[in-house]
Amino acid sequence: MTFALAFDCGLAVLILAMAIWTIAARTTFPAVVGFVAYGLLLTLVWMRLAAPDVALTEAAIGGGLTGVLLLGATSRLRATEPPAVSERPSVPFRLAVAGLCTLLSAAIAAVVLLLPDPAPTLAPEAAAKLSLTGVGNAVTAVLLAYRALDTLLESAVLLLALVGVWSLAPDRFWGGAPRSLALRHRDGSLSLLGQVLPPIGIVLGVYIVWVGADAPGGKFQGATIIGAMWVLTMMAGLQTPPEISQAWVRVILVAGAAFFLAVGIAGFWLAGAFLAYPTGFAKSLIVAIEVALTLSVAATLGLLVAGPPARPVRT
Amino acid sequence: MSLLLDIFTVVAVSLGAVFFLAGAVGLLRFPDTLTRLHALTKADNVGLGLIVLGLLPQTERPLAAVKLIVAWLLVQLASGTVSQLIARTARRTEPPA
Repeated sequence: MTFALAFDCGLAVLILAMAIWTIAARTTFPAVVGFVAYGLLLTLVWMRLAAPDVALTEAAIGGGLTGVLLLGATSRLRATEPPAVSERPSVPFRLAVAGLCTLLSAAIAAVVLLLPDPAPTLAPEAAAKLSLTGVGNAVTAVLLAYRALDTLLESAVLLLALVGVWSLAPDRFWGGAPRSLALRHRDGSLSLLGQVLPPIGIVLGVYIVWVGADAPGGKFQGATIIGAMWVLTMMAGLQTPPEISQAWVRVILVAGAAFFLAVGIAGFWLAGAFLAYPTGFAKSLIVAIEVALTLSVAATLGLLVAGPPARPVRT
Repeated sequence: MSLLLDIFTVVAVSLGAVFFLAGAVGLLRFPDTLTRLHALTKADNVGLGLIVLGLLPQTERPLAAVKLIVAWLLVQLASGTVSQLIARTARRTEPPA
């Protein structure tokens, strides 16, 4: 007990230190490194809180994917770094930022500390109705049955993010391929990893999606791993990012959200409400939606890393 | 028997932790990228290897043991590649000492 307490205290101190380091770092690269370490520590915290689903997502999205995206941004921002560092915001401005951040943190802390004990929860009800959905993992039931609308909107938000990235492309490159992710100096060990790891990673990703119905796991975690394998092969120079105007790219990107939406609309006739599943088909529909979303999410994440189009359309 | 296995676990995991500590100290104290990398890979390979080895007797099912070994092998693969990449980049960008 005391050992666990000491571990938790150490973890909390480390996280705070990491957060301060990330904010205090003057240049982008150390801040990003700090942020990734912060994400990995946060993963440990979620494990300590017995929330393996959230821990998996945090490790995959918070530590892994966001880290890669931020590192990409860092390398693009390198040219603007010196002027950005030399520009110091005025003292009143910094005081205002500090004051507002403190206020926000204090408000969140107050809300958490003032929660009634025991905190209001729907967990027993969610667990009691679990058998109706057919899935064994309560988190998956919440994400795809009780609060399916949230997940539907989430998958749409991901598409919007990609559209936002694409919209940064100059007109002459619109519809073309993003710039190659391959390293300037080809590296034998990376191309070996790019050939050995993807079969393992893809099987692992599919497993995590499949097991998500009954145990911690699910489409986002699995899709991140599959997307990462795609990014790895692109970085190893074994594949090049596709042209974004190609029909198959667009179809894969929208397939998940479109299928989810179609099932939701079909719910009006089959089960009497939007996103309601007909009795007895809940689990098969949930798994089908997860599979469709996995493909779309993996493709979206890979193309997010690849960035905006940077080459004209090949004719 | 189980006491012996427990002792084995404690010894192996502690040894692994020592390697990680040494790796961390080396990372902080060594002068250039290549030597720091050298320190780090010892923590990755031997440190994690010893910890996995120590945890093997504590697994309840054979599958869990296989998972531990697979995790170690995957880390080997990833850290080996990353070390190569960092070392080559360092050799290109840093002047030889």
